[in-house]
Amino acid sequence: MRARDLEPRASGRAPAPSHSVWRADFPIFEQAVHGRPLVYLDSAATTQKPRAVLAEIERYYARGCANVHRGLYALSAEATAAFEGVRAQVARFLGAASASEVVFTSGTTAAINLVAHAFGARFVRAGDEIVVTEMEHHSNLVPWQLLCARTGARLRVLPFDATGRLRIELLDALLGDRTRLVALTHTSNALGTRNPLPRVIAATRPRGIPVLVDAAQAMAHERVDVRALDCDLLAFSGHKAFGPTGVGVLYGKRALLEELPPFLAGGEMIERVRLESSTFKEPPHRFEAGTPNIAGVLGLGAALGWIERADLAAIGRHDDAVARYAAERLAALPRVRLVGTAENKGPIVSFTVEGVHPHDIAQWLDGAGIAVRAGHHCAQPAMDRLGLSSTVRASFACYNTSRDVDLLVDALRETIEVLG
Amino acid sequence: MSDLRELYQETILDHGKRPRHFEPMREAHHSADGHNPLCGDRITIYVRVEGDRIERVTFQGNGCAISMASASLMAEALTGRSLAEAERLFAAFHELVAGSGAPDEPVQLGKLHALAGVREFPVRVKCATLAWHTLHAALERAGQGGPVATTE
Repeated sequence: MRARDLEPRASGRAPAPSHSVWRADFPIFEQAVHGRPLVYLDSAATTQKPRAVLAEIERYYARGCANVHRGLYALSAEATAAFEGVRAQVARFLGAASASEVVFTSGTTAAINLVAHAFGARFVRAGDEIVVTEMEHHSNLVPWQLLCARTGARLRVLPFDATGRLRIELLDALLGDRTRLVALTHTSNALGTRNPLPRVIAATRPRGIPVLVDAAQAMAHERVDVRALDCDLLAFSGHKAFGPTGVGVLYGKRALLEELPPFLAGGEMIERVRLESSTFKEPPHRFEAGTPNIAGVLGLGAALGWIERADLAAIGRHDDAVARYAAERLAALPRVRLVGTAENKGPIVSFTVEGVHPHDIAQWLDGAGIAVRAGHHCAQPAMDRLGLSSTVRASFACYNTSRDVDLLVDALRETIEVLG
Repeated sequence: MSDLRELYQETILDHGKRPRHFEPMREAHHSADGHNPLCGDRITIYVRVEGDRIERVTFQGNGCAISMASASLMAEALTGRSLAEAERLFAAFHELVAGSGAPDEPVQLGKLHALAGVREFPVRVKCATLAWHTLHAALERAGQGGPVATTE
């Protein structure tokens, strides 16, 4: 990621796109919900899947199914080549130095837990400190809480302001001799805030503190280049990037991964096993015990291939324009208050309506075929900070258009009339 | 959409927006906190029991229209009932909102019938039953005596 990609994009210049050139690739939009066309505004929870992904999973199970790294027969060799091919593809996609820096996991959560255990065992002792932010998804908070409970380390928290902007100016004061790791999200799933990662990494680099980036909310919308960013660790999920569920990636700098002990143990991660003890493979296979999610990895490869062909920069401009249009239209409705109004945001618009509970809003919108999320978005500390128990969240991806926003606004107006 | 109108009928909207018995009760014999971690709804139920009779139920909390209306209607329905009647009402109410059989019960549910629409929305059953489960937790302490207690 180049630094300028993290700057706020020029706003309000282009009209909101009323058409998506990518939408036709997603078969889910061919069906109706409650007799109406599906308006899917929950891509921050999971993105829909293009046909290319479904076709690849079908191809593997129908004609290519074999375990990887084990068989001497052609089918297994082909599956292994395809599987390792996706590792190289992910490395290229992320701008990683080598495929050996890409560990397949079951998702972002598993990737972060892997780091919390392996990095924790190797580097974190009583009295050490882990820095997170107040806006983290529970999956980038609770693993660190548990690590602190195991080791006697301490969690330090970087707050955000009333708009949802990270108070980056307080970071220096949080970093010290005992800071072992800074773990933060690229884009907040609850507030939409895009964090100033280059500034975080610039602050930690002179002190030699590694940084883990939770990039779950970024991959479907913008290029994340781990070498340009110079982060040490990065996690993302396939299913939030047009791929299947149950597969994700931990990127780690080679030198760091080599330092880490195994987390899960079993087949595939070993070198030589005796009854008393074993030796372990080099990264990345050291961290991939057991038969991996082969179909998931191949599906992820198809998803990243689809993104490459689709032009990620164009997708990012489209998503931001649709989200900006949504924010403007929603903010203009009486009794609607946007939650998370930082200057630099991903395509996520959270809001509340005075006098109507978010769950009732989401329920009523569902009746109009509109899928939004209502709740705490697995970010309860962020909700607490804002004095809220829940919000309604509309999140956008490349298949959404200004028409989806218009339908949302019309249905929301009706919701407020009936329930308000 | 007709299911939605059934879910959010007038009684629900009325009690959701203007819940009755919505206040803390200092003279409560029992209380319990209820929490629906899935959606963040929180409720505190206060009960005053004389002998085996529920004298008064009040509640506080925040949540969706379904959970607030359910608590409000429950408080109304339980005032003056015996503990055994309350148990029967809870069973009948649960059958009404979550059961698979016909919601025809020998127990007279009265205004609680307004929540019958919840049956078509399984995700919302927990909203409708939160107050009842919390009341149950509070009453379980009724036999044990003692002051205000919480389940969490």
